Amino acid sequence: MSVNLPGTALAVAAGLSAGAAAAALCAPDRIRVRLVGTLSALLGAAGAVAGGAALAGHTYAARLPDLFALSGVTLQVDALSGVFLAIAGAVVSATSIYGIGYASGPGRGRWAQALWPLFAFSLLLVPAAGSVSTLLVAWELMALCSLLLVVSGDPASGRVREAGVWYAVMTHLGLVAILTGLLWLGAAAHTETFAGLRIAAAGISPAVRGGVFVLLLIGFGSKAGMAPLHAWLPRAHPEAPSPVSALMSAAMVNLGIYGLVRFGLDLMGAGSRWWWLTTMTLGALSAVYGIVQAAVANDLKRLLAYSTVENLGLVLVGVGAAGVFQDSGHPALAVLALAAALLHTAAHAAFKTVLFLGAGSVLHATGTRDLDELGGLRTRMPVTTGVFALGALGAAALPGGAAFPSEWLLLQSLIHGLAVPGTLVVVVLPVTVGAIALSAGLAVATFVKALGTGFLAKARSRAAEQAHEARGSMRTGMGLAAAACAALAVLPGAAGPALARATACAVPGGGPRVSAGVARQLTALGSTLWPLMLVAVTLGALVLLRAGLALVSRRAGQRATAPLWDCGAPPLTARMEYTATSFAEPLQRVFDDVLAPESDLDVTPHAESAYLVERIAYSRAVPDRVEHRLYNPVVHTVRRAGLAARALADGSVHRYLGYGFGSVVILLLVLAAAR
Amino acid sequence: MSAPVLVSLAQVLLVLLGAPLLVGAMRRLRARMEGRTGGGVLQPWRDLLKLLRKAPLHPQGTGAAFRFAPLLGVACSGVAAAAIPLLSTRTGLGAGADLIAVVALLTLATAALALAGLDTATAFGGMGASREMTITALAEPAVLTAVCALAAKVGSTNLPAIVAATLSHGARPASPANLLAAVALAVVVLAETGRLPVDNPSTHLELTMVHEAMVLEYSGPDLAMVELGAAMRLTVLLGLWSALFAPWGITTTADPARLLLGLAAFAGKTLLLGCLIAAGEVFMAKVRLFRVPELLAGSFLLAVLAVSASFFLA
Repeated sequence: MSVNLPGTALAVAAGLSAGAAAAALCAPDRIRVRLVGTLSALLGAAGAVAGGAALAGHTYAARLPDLFALSGVTLQVDALSGVFLAIAGAVVSATSIYGIGYASGPGRGRWAQALWPLFAFSLLLVPAAGSVSTLLVAWELMALCSLLLVVSGDPASGRVREAGVWYAVMTHLGLVAILTGLLWLGAAAHTETFAGLRIAAAGISPAVRGGVFVLLLIGFGSKAGMAPLHAWLPRAHPEAPSPVSALMSAAMVNLGIYGLVRFGLDLMGAGSRWWWLTTMTLGALSAVYGIVQAAVANDLKRLLAYSTVENLGLVLVGVGAAGVFQDSGHPALAVLALAAALLHTAAHAAFKTVLFLGAGSVLHATGTRDLDELGGLRTRMPVTTGVFALGALGAAALPGGAAFPSEWLLLQSLIHGLAVPGTLVVVVLPVTVGAIALSAGLAVATFVKALGTGFLAKARSRAAEQAHEARGSMRTGMGLAAAACAALAVLPGAAGPALARATACAVPGGGPRVSAGVARQLTALGSTLWPLMLVAVTLGALVLLRAGLALVSRRAGQRATAPLWDCGAPPLTARMEYTATSFAEPLQRVFDDVLAPESDLDVTPHAESAYLVERIAYSRAVPDRVEHRLYNPVVHTVRRAGLAARALADGSVHRYLGYGFGSVVILLLVLAAAR
Repeated sequence: MSAPVLVSLAQVLLVLLGAPLLVGAMRRLRARMEGRTGGGVLQPWRDLLKLLRKAPLHPQGTGAAFRFAPLLGVACSGVAAAAIPLLSTRTGLGAGADLIAVVALLTLATAALALAGLDTATAFGGMGASREMTITALAEPAVLTAVCALAAKVGSTNLPAIVAATLSHGARPASPANLLAAVALAVVVLAETGRLPVDNPSTHLELTMVHEAMVLEYSGPDLAMVELGAAMRLTVLLGLWSALFAPWGITTTADPARLLLGLAAFAGKTLLLGCLIAAGEVFMAKVRLFRVPELLAGSFLLAVLAVSASFFLA
């Protein structure tokens, strides 16, 4: 009897998850952290094996009718699930190993640790679900675990509590949208398994499918940080403990993309063009808005959270473009765009894990995330600085970085997409290319800022001066993620066959020629990118130059130390350095209309004369404008309605009985009318 | 060694040796037009050799980013010189000579130098880095959209393919899409090489500097590399612009006689473009830093128009 690899690996992962959770609750303190971390890392590895096997062509389908009372559990794993399983598994492994060192300090309780393997397993369960009910249960498990982990950081802190409330409300509004959409779809198709939906979807009226898609776009889009539904991200990510932020930002948000691809492209067969043009437009909007906010953010983790909004926006552009091309009968282009989106998802997962774990090490070592108070970490934390630099190179999408091949592929698909007829497409595609380019340019500025002011230069505070290098296991976790980053940067072609299989699940009819093109990767319809050669030639030239310079210049070995140019007024102190705020000031000024920054100047005159100034206080903040304009009015209205509704409950029992009677009468009337 | 690899090596050597001469010629022309005598065409080479002989210094508190950025700048410009069909479309990087990759490689060099500026921990370094990154970030959309306009017609972002396609259709360079893209890219080339009206390469006032502020701490051989990298960058970008919009003289073979013709054409075109820039700079002042985004936004608009034109007027 042959063993089904994805199924076995998933079963092992389930066992490890239960084991790790039990260990977190029962094991003695001495070995608890190490044991839970190791078991969770193995759980991640099992997930990665399941995903890898699915990408290699093994599929798995199972039905466990006894597990849940009414619906049972249906599982199915194909290559598309495999992409997300493999990413989630790898991220879980790296962050779990990192977590051993991170959690060793005081402050993390047994419950938070028990939730970690459950959250990790739910991340594997979502892409492995094979029916609507299984997906919804896994989705809610994921939402609840992540919510509790977010607030596990420092429950006493007001900001953590606020972040928790925002996240709880938004994730559940998203769940309501997904639940309504999927129930509507299931009711129209009279089935809830994915296999059944795929067959029945063609017979459903376009209006119903359109409605379902809009609901799913809201629900899955908000999980993927799609603007304007991204507001929870820059709140929850910074406040959560860093391994949790990494896991949420690198693995959880991807599942929003999975949902859209699975339901929109695969099960509902691409639908209409307006679905995907909307997706693309919102994706481009998220990309630009996210990176503009990241460019002016001072809080390192907030910056990374906004960068997640940007990158998932780019992925949404790819998914939207795939839908548009599929709808207009260009499956070859659709395969290319979807491959770019999936590759970018993987690249983003790799570099964002590195960056969040690096930020966690900095927070661990200095106690601050404020870039204006960091600096000079390169001497005290060389390993962290090195891996953060690699991650930043990836996030900036420069050659040698993880995101460069995927963004290149995305641009290729859009450039070739100009051949698709339709004026709307011709207007949308160039503007989208411009938006991608703008976000790429701003990403370079953003990550030069993060690396340059956070890690290079001089320390701007005592905390940064006294930083210490991360512990051994933290370095291992970061190192693993950095290795994945480097591999994706120079050998994206190795992922080619897997991507070809995954895209074939969602975009039928791509044809063997295109699949082969994607398989050699980066041979996109007449253009070739050869990142390994590019990096090797550049590094070769660098080494050659250095050797040549050593020959020419006589005293290259011994460099005398020279003082810095201080305009003749020493000493140069750290207070004279450019800070992250000052670095971003020109960009903040350029995007003034988008960001609407708030600054406040408070001048206190001297008691004896109004002309003498005693003190000047300056404060500046760049609030999320979408949040201000869109969310606050809604929140205020709801709060006012809630206060008004208090008048209804005055404590009189007679009145409450009256409400009950009234409700029953209305219910009966509705039922009578509906019959 | 195969012929294409030799062509690439020849291009790299040409840019390496010729870039300081181009800068010298531009400075000479500008000096003459301003009524000064100016240094000779060879002056930049004399400066470089003098700097290379000096002892390298280690400015207090700087690290690896500061040390390696100038080398990376020269290396990136060198790889770009090898990839762009300056003399022949048969370059050594072949199918890997991608337009987007070349643009990204040059951005990588800018980012490295900006990190070096921040690494010095002085206000000037940070100021220069901040301004340079702002300009680069805003120039990027114009570049890539113009690239999109050029590539959409050819169906490839492969540089030799684009140049070869333009060469085989004699009338193409004058199409509306090409003209619009040419103007858009010209503005970006000025911004990316730190010329007027975006940045003044001969400024000595720190508060108005962009590039010069960023590299204020460099001296000796390191400064030589910074200067060489900047000159090569200028040459490579001018070469790229002329290869895309005026590819006359670029051969599609590796025949030595035609390569020599290509060499003469390249030298002539680059010198002409350089002289045009230098002559223009005599009559132009640097615009305020916060007017630069308007300039780049205009360039982006032209690039978008180029894409639309390539579709509607095809």
